[in-house]
Amino acid sequence: MKPSKTSRALILGARSEIAQALAHQLASEGVGLVLGARRCQSLQPVADDLRLRHQVDVDLLEFDALDLDAHASLADRVRDLAGPWELVVCVVGTLPDPVRSRSSSQEAAVALMTNFTGVSVCLGQLANDLEKRQEGGIICLTSVAGDRGRQSNYVYGAAKGGLNVFLQGLRNRLVSAKVHVMTVKPGFVDTPMTRGMPGLFLVAAPEAVARDIVGAWHKGRNVLYTPWFWRWILFIIRWIPEPIFKRMSL
Amino acid sequence: MNPQKDVLPTSGWGRYPVVDSVVHRVRWQSDLSTSQTPPATLAQGRLRSYGDAGLASSVLSTLELNRFLAFDAETGLLETEAGVTLDEILQFCVPKGWFLPVTPGTKHPSIGGCVAADVHGKNHHSDGSLVSHVDSLTIVTAEGDVLRCDRSEHSDLFWASFGGMGLTGFVYAVCFRLMRISDSRIEVETHRTADLAETCQLLLLTQTEFRYSVAWLDLLSRRRRGRGLVMLGRHASGGPLDLHPAKARSIPALGGLLVSRPLLRMGNRLYYRRQLRRTQTTVMHYDPYFYPLDGLRDWNRVYGRSGFLQYQFVVPFEAGRECMEEFLDRIDGAACSLAVLKTFGEFPTGMLGFPRPGWTLALDFRRTTQTIEMLQHATSVITAAGGRVYLAKDAVVTAEHFMEMYSRVEEFLAIKHRYDPRSRLRSALSDRLGLT
Repeated sequence: MKPSKTSRALILGARSEIAQALAHQLASEGVGLVLGARRCQSLQPVADDLRLRHQVDVDLLEFDALDLDAHASLADRVRDLAGPWELVVCVVGTLPDPVRSRSSSQEAAVALMTNFTGVSVCLGQLANDLEKRQEGGIICLTSVAGDRGRQSNYVYGAAKGGLNVFLQGLRNRLVSAKVHVMTVKPGFVDTPMTRGMPGLFLVAAPEAVARDIVGAWHKGRNVLYTPWFWRWILFIIRWIPEPIFKRMSL
Repeated sequence: MNPQKDVLPTSGWGRYPVVDSVVHRVRWQSDLSTSQTPPATLAQGRLRSYGDAGLASSVLSTLELNRFLAFDAETGLLETEAGVTLDEILQFCVPKGWFLPVTPGTKHPSIGGCVAADVHGKNHHSDGSLVSHVDSLTIVTAEGDVLRCDRSEHSDLFWASFGGMGLTGFVYAVCFRLMRISDSRIEVETHRTADLAETCQLLLLTQTEFRYSVAWLDLLSRRRRGRGLVMLGRHASGGPLDLHPAKARSIPALGGLLVSRPLLRMGNRLYYRRQLRRTQTTVMHYDPYFYPLDGLRDWNRVYGRSGFLQYQFVVPFEAGRECMEEFLDRIDGAACSLAVLKTFGEFPTGMLGFPRPGWTLALDFRRTTQTIEMLQHATSVITAAGGRVYLAKDAVVTAEHFMEMYSRVEEFLAIKHRYDPRSRLRSALSDRLGLT
């Protein structure tokens, strides 16, 4: 199923570098944008830049994934602010410190709440709106870390893995409403989230990842690993038998 | 969000000197105010200055401050963040019929870096340096204050920042006026000259007639040093508004072999002889006219691991040619791989700004200890003539020579201390020249 043409996209978690690369990619195709983020006014320079370079409409919207009660009215608030919209791009995510999230309940809880609860509640609400209108779609970034739990980042991985399952179900539910859901599993991307992390390899540029995502969206892909080789790396990692895997330090 | 850290050996475009540097990447204006942690620091852009002007042990990289903030399609007034490159500005403005009011010989520097060096182009005699086209700057001082500066408000900081080599504050945004064009091509008239006297004369005679002028010199010719090609240009009109190509070819490094003296001499002869007629008129795209070397990616690697030096000075018109001849006599032992001569007109610049009326000669050398010594020695010819060396290209001038060349240093330092009382802004260049 190829998604229909988009006039406006809502980007959630717009402060991230991948989100801004995606915003430029979409805007270069003439798609107007609503940028949702905490302290959204600080994204004014980003909005100015998108308007000037691509001549598209850009609006800023205050959005906090952890503000669960606000998600029910999000679809209407976007409509009030910017008019009709069709596409949701969710880039919300936070990488907790793996060591601190063992001892600090707060660190672990915020990561789980943001990456899983906040995102899935929000997308669930937006999905109701899209389903009613029988149009549009959802792109949601999870992570290759969600494919198998590893000692180095299993709190993050568990939330992203849960989100993968949530998106599978959402895709299954919305297919009859002609609403397409694409799951994006990026590998390492050169952003503030990963910078300075030990053992990084095959790091991709945010712009390359953004191009990949928008291209895959036009083709109607369901699950995208980006860059492409992560599909095969994770294929191997998933097939390592647990008795062996549990002794590995990945 | 905290700026992120990497530690990297960094160098300018000349690949000399190399300084180990903690690089903090900046994404937002607030990152410039809140990054109070490093005791000494400097904003760093694309590192297209040749020497040590952009180097420090701890820097704030502005590469991600690359947003366009405002554009008035009626007046051509453009405001961008400091990390936007001239290349990006051209991509934005050429299709709309606008051009950079002033451009150096490469389109890769950031606009913030261009402010720090108060860059000039082939049109200095007609349009001045960058400062003449800038309305205002938004500067985050070393103390974290965000100041809008122009010719009336914080004008001391405004002027000191042009040519101030980043030592006055972090430039966050630049608001400047683009130039109207109706064609992306340049009408070029190339004249072949017999010696330095003729080259100089021709440059002077054509000043009012052409917006752009520059001369390439053959300094390795034994009998007629300073013969060359004078390239005069003006914007064509009524043609296409085509953008420059994105791709550049790469060039083999060959460990400096390409810049050995016999090969250079041969290359110069061929380049000089490529034009058979004395005068030739062509119309070419702005890219090969303004940015001939941008077509070769990483051409600075040609000089091998030792890197290279560019040395550009200006001397007053009076007795300027004799001074240049004397300077060239002194450095005769060094194989100069590229020599470019231009004129500067009477325009304002900052306290440490480079341009002043006169002849300006830019020379490239492979970096060797002897070349450095020879240049340091020959610098006294420049100071004696009342000339100065361009800090954006310099890596060799001594503090004593610097103080002689730049007479407004005290004035500059007074302003620097006013806005940076704890002397947090420092660079390898400021340490070398005693600019603290």
